Amino acid sequence: MSELDTLNSPANTPSPPTPLPQAGEGSQVSGEVNQSGEGHHVKKLKVATTSLAGCFGCHMSFLDIDERLLELVKLVEFDRSPLTDIKHCGPCDIGIIEGGLCNAENVHVLREFRANCKILIALGACAVNGGLPAQRNHLSLTTILEEVYHAQHGLVDGFIPNDPELPLPLDKVHPIHEVVKVDYFIPGCPPSGDAIWKVLTDLLAGREPELGHGLIHYD
Amino acid sequence: MNQDKLDTFTLDGQTIPFSAGQTIIQAAIAAGVYIPHLCFHPEFKPHGSCKLCTVKVNGRQTASCTALALANLVVENNTAELNNERLTLLQMLFVEGNHFCPSCEKSGDCQLQATAYELKMMSPHFDHFFPDRPVDATHPEYLLDFNRCILCSLCVRASRDADGKAVFALSGRGIKSHLIVNAESGNLVDTDFSSTDKAAHICPVGVILKKRVGFAVPIGQRRFDAQPISATPHPIAKGDA
Repeated sequence: MSELDTLNSPANTPSPPTPLPQAGEGSQVSGEVNQSGEGHHVKKLKVATTSLAGCFGCHMSFLDIDERLLELVKLVEFDRSPLTDIKHCGPCDIGIIEGGLCNAENVHVLREFRANCKILIALGACAVNGGLPAQRNHLSLTTILEEVYHAQHGLVDGFIPNDPELPLPLDKVHPIHEVVKVDYFIPGCPPSGDAIWKVLTDLLAGREPELGHGLIHYD
Repeated sequence: MNQDKLDTFTLDGQTIPFSAGQTIIQAAIAAGVYIPHLCFHPEFKPHGSCKLCTVKVNGRQTASCTALALANLVVENNTAELNNERLTLLQMLFVEGNHFCPSCEKSGDCQLQATAYELKMMSPHFDHFFPDRPVDATHPEYLLDFNRCILCSLCVRASRDADGKAVFALSGRGIKSHLIVNAESGNLVDTDFSSTDKAAHICPVGVILKKRVGFAVPIGQRRFDAQPISATPHPIAKGDA
């Protein structure tokens, strides 16, 4: 531990989140041993993921952990996620959020995750600081909608969609820590599979996640 | 403190020699010790504004780029307390501007980004300002992207002190401080700015950018991709920060 590790003081990071059900001994990551099962039945940790105002690039990068996925699925099971197509998340150990908040539905989903997940992780630039979608923030929403649906060259009789099923856009795109408490952040556009793997394995082993040089990237 | 016979001070317990007139950060860099900094550059008079280089001298905080080294000072640098405050300063810089690294030509070669990596900045922590700062692309060879300006004033000092011009200035006060260009139009093209100016090569972030070479060096092969900023010698001789 270098002195820099102590940077995660209350001033900068929320207090440590609820500890996960603890993994087994040694450096190998493993799920919690079920009380009834004498060590044979391993209770998997529940993980939920979602993409809000993102491009699914972070999920693709998550899949870039490649064959380590096989190791991961021995330790975790997925609740709500694009990988399972489960529509709402129940109580989970880890929630992973890709993307920032660009519309009302994003906010509802984020709050559902925060309410259900012991640990919430912001995955990627958009979740961390708004990212590419937030590049619209210096324009007014009216200007954008007018440009896209009315004024753009080639549009005839364009109109701004107003179907009640469509979530209302927010006037600005926000990173998720501006709305809920976020426990850990993995920056990057996208974060590398190695960075995601490092944070997940640190968490599963009960360590404070840490990304060193080469793994921490904002681009 | 009187001038003692020993021309050394201690920095985190390490003995650092210095010559008369050297500041603490100058002596530290000469001794190969990294003190985080943004507005300091070895070739220019200190500005003392970014406060990243703040150290504790005999228990009191001061900017190491403006504090002269004196014999027997006890200086603290790499401590949790100071690094924590530096991290907060960085986070404030990140939310005050629009620092969208994925689209920035300077990514991987940016002192702000590399310093944030060094201090393990995982999130901006604060709410973003998302200010509206139009770019100036009027000059045929250079682009000014004010979104990334951290008001270090290095371009102001370089233009004034090295180039003998006055192309740049800081205007406004407090949160309204901003970089301006010295032309009636406010546009870079209407100044005597030239690509051979020192000011064209001094920006530590991605504001003053040469056009059409942005990705000549690919992402992943840049200065701070190779090693962290703390292990990267200060580009004093390179002339191209």
